[in-house]
Amino acid sequence: MVGVALGIAAIAATLAMAAGCVLPERARVVWVGILTAASATAGGVAGIAVLAGSARFTANYPDLLPLGGIRIEFDALSAIFTVAAALVAVPASIYGIGYGLHGPSSRPVQVAYPLLVWSLMMVPAAGNVTGLVVLWELMAISSLILVLAEHQHNPEARTAAQWYAVVTHLSLLAIVVALLILAHGAGGESFAAMRSGAGRLGPGVTSVVFLLALLGFGAKAGVVPVHVWLPRAHPEAPSHVSALMSGAMVKLGIYGVVRVGWDLLGGGPGWWGAVVLIVGLASAMFGILHALLASDLKRLLAYSTTENVGLIFIGIGAAGLFASTGNRPLAAVALAAALLHVINHAAFKGLLFLGAGSIHSATGTRDLDSLGGLARRMPVTAATFAVGALAIAALPPLNGFVSEWLLLQSLVHSLPSKAVAVAVAMPVAVAVVALVGGLVAATFVKAFGTAFLAMPRSVEAEQAHESPRTMQIGLVALAGMCVALALAPTVLAEPLRRATVAVAGLSSGRPIHTNGVYLQLSGIQAGLSPLLLATGLGVMMVVALAVVRRRRVHHTVREIPAWGCGRTLQTARMEYTATSFAEPLQRVFDDVLHPEIDVDVDHRTESRHYIEAIRYRRETRDAFEQRLYLPFLRVLQAWGDGARRVQNGSIHRYLTFSLITLIVVLIAAR
Amino acid sequence: MSLTGTAVALLQVVLTIAAAPFLVGVMRLIRARLEGRVGPPIVQPWRDLRKLLGKDRMVSDNTGWVFSIAPLVLLASATLVAGIVPFLSTKSALDQVGDLFAVVYLLLLGTVFLSLAGLDAGTAFGGMGSSRAMTITAIAEPTVLVAIFALSVSTGSSNLGSIVAATLAHPATAASPESLLAFAALAVVTIAETGRIPVDNPNTHLELTMIHEAMVLEYSGPDLALIELAAHLRLVVFLGLLSNLFVPWGIATTAQPLQLLGAAVAVAVKIVVLAAVIAIVEVSMAKVRLFRVPELLAASFVLAFLAVTASFFLA
Repeated sequence: MVGVALGIAAIAATLAMAAGCVLPERARVVWVGILTAASATAGGVAGIAVLAGSARFTANYPDLLPLGGIRIEFDALSAIFTVAAALVAVPASIYGIGYGLHGPSSRPVQVAYPLLVWSLMMVPAAGNVTGLVVLWELMAISSLILVLAEHQHNPEARTAAQWYAVVTHLSLLAIVVALLILAHGAGGESFAAMRSGAGRLGPGVTSVVFLLALLGFGAKAGVVPVHVWLPRAHPEAPSHVSALMSGAMVKLGIYGVVRVGWDLLGGGPGWWGAVVLIVGLASAMFGILHALLASDLKRLLAYSTTENVGLIFIGIGAAGLFASTGNRPLAAVALAAALLHVINHAAFKGLLFLGAGSIHSATGTRDLDSLGGLARRMPVTAATFAVGALAIAALPPLNGFVSEWLLLQSLVHSLPSKAVAVAVAMPVAVAVVALVGGLVAATFVKAFGTAFLAMPRSVEAEQAHESPRTMQIGLVALAGMCVALALAPTVLAEPLRRATVAVAGLSSGRPIHTNGVYLQLSGIQAGLSPLLLATGLGVMMVVALAVVRRRRVHHTVREIPAWGCGRTLQTARMEYTATSFAEPLQRVFDDVLHPEIDVDVDHRTESRHYIEAIRYRRETRDAFEQRLYLPFLRVLQAWGDGARRVQNGSIHRYLTFSLITLIVVLIAAR
Repeated sequence: MSLTGTAVALLQVVLTIAAAPFLVGVMRLIRARLEGRVGPPIVQPWRDLRKLLGKDRMVSDNTGWVFSIAPLVLLASATLVAGIVPFLSTKSALDQVGDLFAVVYLLLLGTVFLSLAGLDAGTAFGGMGSSRAMTITAIAEPTVLVAIFALSVSTGSSNLGSIVAATLAHPATAASPESLLAFAALAVVTIAETGRIPVDNPNTHLELTMIHEAMVLEYSGPDLALIELAAHLRLVVFLGLLSNLFVPWGIATTAQPLQLLGAAVAVAVKIVVLAAVIAIVEVSMAKVRLFRVPELLAASFVLAFLAVTASFFLA
């Protein structure tokens, strides 16, 4: 069953690529969309089959490639990530049909897209080093081509692609080195051999392998300080590709850390968990603060991805910390929270990126400060974006709340503990998760409120219209997933158990129990029922509405101009913008963010006491980019300049160099 | 979900809704008397609500569905919380439906919808109120969750019923350092979240100082009635949480009618005492500048953080 489904996925993806090559433009977009959706569906079915209880699937193709060939090991942990990828890929592919008909439809884009979807689903299935590296590289290159999709009229995409290409290949280097050290020491390059032979490596070597893997996979996951490519590359890709990159691709970095650290290496000392936890806390805070101030919608979503990956890292790091202190049942809860958030984040971040794409194709802009009033003009996009925004803000009864609740439960129940590290780290972790939660709510009130509510702030926003039907289907499907994932905890308990059990170095036991509609945790006396919360909210709203309706004898609604404390004229320029909405919080976090603020005042010619116009511009630069990367790049640049001075193209100079070299060699070899 | 549990939850919802406007009436009366005024009768908030409910619905022509459903979501979330929080009995049917975290996030849901509604009319004041409300809520969040952390360390659960039951079983924990620190932290947050002085002024009519009032500026008639009722209800919920989490005595541990009656009286007395304290503080203090509010909340966070560490290091 699993093998057949994976085979169908591969065939459908190949057909999609062929369709992208040979068909004419319109048919190409349609068939690539349909076949890729079919491929992703098949991959998703394979993942669900493994999560639902069929045995893990292994296959070996030793002759497919030189070195070790390709080995497939598809267990429950892989399946979680494959399902997360499929969850975004199916709606994104359908959405891509409508999006591509008016946007990127060139051959390279349409060929790279199915390849990206297929490799995203297959990376977690790889069962040896060669297979992982090959699939990983296919994923990196196909996504790089897609980032460059609009390079002809978007110079930003070119710089973004440069950053992306460099970071992703340096990260590949770290991953390959880590896995080679591990494979060499363990005496085999298949995951099974590495798992059984990892004990032969000394503790120092295992820690080096772990740190290299954390660096390499962390760069793909977009955690600080190796996140710099993410807020550049994700916004520039076409929106359905951004959805895949943020919803699925960054998750494979998380997969890698868990797989190598706690499955292949079988876990390590407590500081591994602590390092992952600290990276997670820093990423979550950093990501959300930048998302809060961003007024480019897709950049905001990209920074929010760093924040969410940070939350997932917090879960994994906490699990590592708990496991090292012997509290494995609680580690299972933390890991389950992280894995559930992987799936939830795929659903709502995919949805939000698709929504941003709809806005972009309707208005031609991603700048929140020039949007507004889209709820009336694009009702489907508005409603689905609202679902995504509420879900990502972890508000009940949507799916983001369930995983955030699990994460908080696992952190809170770590005490009383004998380990001082846990006792110090957990209150900080809870505080950060809480602050991040509050800031996410503010960020997405800003995003939804300025894009969709009130009056349009530009002509483009005023003339916006709802996107084509296929794009709406993609949006509605993902919004439906957000709701379904929230209301059905019963369905999630058993798959999460299988997935956590697959990580032998971390957890044991059954993290989540359900009795019907309630979600309960092992060893923790706390319950939650998102379904009943949703029902309760619904019933209360209906009752309140009924009371209001009954009291009003003559049922009339009068539409009046906004009152605004008695102002007679109301224009869009009086509205709060995204920049002004975030201003109070920007002041609160001024010392952390150091935004650059320019205020230009134009005076009238008659007298400088009269002001013609005031322009306010705020820019927040990435501190890591400014302090870490740019100095390094400047050193490289200086080095390059020095080399250029040596190499000036003059044949005489090269002859001199040759002569000097010859003399040196002669002296040395004497 | 037992039948008696459901009945208890429903009773809590009905009683808190009925009592909430009266509590606001009492607070206004206390303030008026302290300021040397006669003050309105305590049924005045109910009269206001009845009057508002009888009016026509008027909506700004810029607004859409968010503006229309925000009052409903705000009230529904507050009512649901009123059913979950153990006001009368630890045996509410909703006890397993949501714990303290769920309560916090449900209240946040209401705030988020109200902030969106503030933006929907497109007036400068609405946006200003929303932006400020979200700022304060975001900064208050760490205090709330860390205080919950402190409470759940000593009882081993974040479940409201369990926390209350644990305090009843071990009365000494109510006077423990972590409990007192957590109480102080949550008290500050209560003031911030319910929009009382020194964070916000519920009676203000100066636009530039408004937070809550600025967000609801465009509401009138029945919609405003729902929002006012929800605001009253949130006040009761916060005060009820504060009183029953830290001083739970009097609460029913069964669902017998007589015990429930006693519990209702006990919780009413506790809430009125807390409300009177807030009213007295309000009369004797001025509102602080908006950008001093984060400092106040940071101080409350320190208290909450100390509460958690106290629970570890003094245990």
